[in-house]
Amino acid sequence: MTTSGGAAVKSAPWKDPSARPYVQVDRVTKAFGDFKAVDDVSLKIYKGEIFCLLGASGCGKTTLLRMLGGFETPTSGKIFIDGEDMTGVPPYERPVNMMFQSYALFPHMNVEENVAFGLKQDRIPKAEIKERVATMLDLVKLGDFAKRKPHQLSGGQRQRVALARSLVKRPKLLLLDEPLGALDKKLREHTQFELISLQDKLGVTFVVVTHDQEEAMTLASRIGVMNHGEIVQAGTPSEIYEFPSSKFVADFVGSVNMFEGKLIEDEPEHVRIASDDMGGTIYVSHGISAPPEAIVWAAVRPEKIFMSTAQPAGTDNVVRGAVQDIAYLGDLSIYLVKLPTGKVVRVTQPNTSRHAEAITWDQQVYLSWDATSPVVVTR
Amino acid sequence: MNYKSSYFIITCLAFGFAFLYIPILSMVVFSFNASKLVTVWDSAHSPTLKWYYALLGNDEILDAAWISLKVAVINASGSVILGTLAGFGLARFSQFRGRFTLNAMTTAPLVMPEVITGLSLLLLFVALEQLIGWPAGRGITTMTIGHMTFSMAYVTVIVNSRLATFDTALEEAAMDLGARPLKVFFVITMPIIFPAILSGWLLAFTLSWDDLVISSFTSGPGSSTLPMVVFSKVRLGVSPEINVLATITITVVTLMIVGVSLWMARRAKLDKAAD
Amino acid sequence: MKTAAYLRRFGISGRGLVVALPYLWLLLFFVVPFVIVLKISFSDIDLAIPPYKPLLEWVGKNSLAIKVDFNNYAFLFTDRLYINAFLNSIKVAFISTVLCALVGYPMAYGIARSKPATRNLLLLLVILPFWTSLLLRVYAWIGLLKANGVINNVLIWMGVINEPLTLLYTPFAMYVGIVYSYLPFFILPMYANLEKMDWQLLEAAEDLGCRPWQAFYKITLPLSRNGILAGSMLVFIPAVGEFVIPALLGGPNALMIGRVLWDEFFSNRAWPVASAVAILLLILLVPFMMWYQSVQARESAGAR
Ligand SMILES: Nc1ncnc2c1ncn2[C@@H]1O[C@H](COP(=O)(O)OP(=O)(O)OP(=O)(O)O)[C@@H](O)[C@H]1O
Ligand SMILES: [Mg+2]
Repeated sequence: MTTSGGAAVKSAPWKDPSARPYVQVDRVTKAFGDFKAVDDVSLKIYKGEIFCLLGASGCGKTTLLRMLGGFETPTSGKIFIDGEDMTGVPPYERPVNMMFQSYALFPHMNVEENVAFGLKQDRIPKAEIKERVATMLDLVKLGDFAKRKPHQLSGGQRQRVALARSLVKRPKLLLLDEPLGALDKKLREHTQFELISLQDKLGVTFVVVTHDQEEAMTLASRIGVMNHGEIVQAGTPSEIYEFPSSKFVADFVGSVNMFEGKLIEDEPEHVRIASDDMGGTIYVSHGISAPPEAIVWAAVRPEKIFMSTAQPAGTDNVVRGAVQDIAYLGDLSIYLVKLPTGKVVRVTQPNTSRHAEAITWDQQVYLSWDATSPVVVTR
Repeated sequence: MNYKSSYFIITCLAFGFAFLYIPILSMVVFSFNASKLVTVWDSAHSPTLKWYYALLGNDEILDAAWISLKVAVINASGSVILGTLAGFGLARFSQFRGRFTLNAMTTAPLVMPEVITGLSLLLLFVALEQLIGWPAGRGITTMTIGHMTFSMAYVTVIVNSRLATFDTALEEAAMDLGARPLKVFFVITMPIIFPAILSGWLLAFTLSWDDLVISSFTSGPGSSTLPMVVFSKVRLGVSPEINVLATITITVVTLMIVGVSLWMARRAKLDKAAD
Repeated sequence: MKTAAYLRRFGISGRGLVVALPYLWLLLFFVVPFVIVLKISFSDIDLAIPPYKPLLEWVGKNSLAIKVDFNNYAFLFTDRLYINAFLNSIKVAFISTVLCALVGYPMAYGIARSKPATRNLLLLLVILPFWTSLLLRVYAWIGLLKANGVINNVLIWMGVINEPLTLLYTPFAMYVGIVYSYLPFFILPMYANLEKMDWQLLEAAEDLGCRPWQAFYKITLPLSRNGILAGSMLVFIPAVGEFVIPALLGGPNALMIGRVLWDEFFSNRAWPVASAVAILLLILLVPFMMWYQSVQARESAGAR
């Protein structure tokens, strides 16, 4: 997993309680009628971050973003940008620019006019507008397309016009709503890295909405995972991936094998879980805070499971099963292994050698993992 | 996604609708007024149905209404046939000789001042009569032909725009399953555009029922339509019976429009549910 | 299928038959009449039935003479009445169009921006008057505007005025009548255009620093240009030749070309003069009609 996000990442200001957040969302709720689209959300975002809002469709990402942009008024709670209360401040007076999910390019203006639009609003001298627009168009590699109308551009080009238009005003905070949603996979990956390098160059703070977890992982300095209008966990990509705080997060970010079980040993530096799901015991080399005998879940990532034909030593973290299905993906293969309990476990193995020892369909295999691998969640 | 209206816009809407409806409501109210002065409310004897009875006894108006009804029904039916054909041709045949002309000929009557259409039709009928002896004199036939010529243009626009929004894939699927074009039209296209055809029929009916100018040019002795009678009465000033006539018209039209809208809304919902 | 193949040999296809009927109908009853009007506009007035002389006349035994008479046109240009009527009609139609736009645009905008359920109701309310008789609705204004009409009565009752105002049979009454009758023709195409508007563009403009009214001026207005043009044309073109409204509300002095044509035809029985008026009116309006058609084509192609 790549992480990025300019200077902010290296200093990790979110770990420093005295650091001043650039954007502070304070207990914000947005209700449409009885329905709470955003529910009591608090967030701190620091200068130079790329903060990703990640969540399923309809979980309230766009609504939260629109409140930052000033297009929706929070039902309750406050938003501060650079220490200033934004309540009642209209969009055209906020130091914020937004790149819309649909790009919202003005169809009656060409690329150049679209990009220059915001600068003209600020009554910047003509010569300067011309120069800044040209520089911006070069930056997004659209110098040759300046005179085209939006409908004469491809999806990727339009997206770059929208990006240029929102960046040319040099906002302190840029809001991007599914910026890459309309692009194909290859172009999307390419653009993700372009976004990161742009952000590095310009030092703008980004808030990016996405429902693609891979994209969030690639772009973000930190990720806020949303579910039903709430932020369920916020943290760096590796924290979110390695230490999900709940079943929902573990499941939503990457794929995971979830074993339900009962806490039978609860020591400060290890726990042991008896799982009927797995048909064995799970040993985890870190303590957790849960009452004894509590029902907990151990999450094990597919790439952290070893698969062998020979029986490994020990009794914890080992289980036998039969290979039910294999999917060859080129760089790795996915095995679905059916345990005697009926549970199907997902295992990924890198295809490191051309003549891998052939594990095939219906073969009996042993699955095992390190004691450091499982993450135990209590909800 | 967002439905924002400023107070300015809401005020405009309120005034606009007041402007549209106050005249109509005033006619309804004064149709129950006993006074012959029409707009001076005679509170001693009102409300009254006196003018309603007077209208029912007015043979001139009733005869004219009967002629108008005949013309309107024939016109609506004929216009729907011609207009549906033209609308279908324009929407579905992308290239044919005369497409441009047909398009122009179906748009022009929509904006053509009625005095020009009326005059030109009359001169045509006179010339035809001299040339081939048909139509002998003017009356219901010539009026209906005149009405159909501009009504069909409206039907064409309605059918054309309905067809433009519906997917040709349905028709193609039917043809793929072996249906001949004619069969496809009656089994697939027709039912889908039926609301448009119905609106077209109603609109053509109304256009004919209301028409004064073209009727005046193309009618003959003894074939005065309702608008012609109303016009000659109104020229002499207000008349309580006209208020009654207006009230009846408004009631019928409102019931019809509301009924059809509800029916179409239900149909649209069913269509959506079927998707 | 056999017959279809047989017909096709002669260049007659099913498709051809579909469009042939409306095509021929319009050709005969819409296009040919104009040719006849043109012809009669060059004829002499005659005290006969029909009241014009033929263009072709047998002179002597074997020679046919064409008599093209420009007198009717010359007459129109020498008598100030006709020129004034033309100019006045254009003025009245133009002012009415502007008024319709000023009243209709905010209404169409308001309807397009309301919730879908409200929107359908409001649209219905716009369409409803359009379905009730034009004549009756114009008549309603007589009742409102006349000396002892509703408006004067209300104003006197409120104490605003002591004497009734002369409202009926004035240019004011005519403008009210035209705007009132043609308003739906402006609102409907305007609404159809605004309904397709992507309102997020306004948010984008505000995001880039526009105040709401600036966003309207720079984004909404230019993007709704075609709707404004289409609606204006639907008002302007028929209004130039309007007859009923000036006849009922405008009083005897309201000089509108539609009325002049009507009077020439019905009162003076001067068919050739009426025809010449019609031809000139047509020449005046055809460019606008072609403009309207191209606006419509652009609008349905979705171009901005
Ligand atoms: N104006 C509104 N009125 C009523 N409900 C709304 C409105 N806007 C959004 N919602 C509801 O709020 C919820 C959150 O919407 P939002 O657009 O924020 O979702 P999202 O997370 O951006 O989803 P997606 O990934 O599909 O863009 C949805 O259930 C939506 O139906
Ligand atoms: Mg969204």
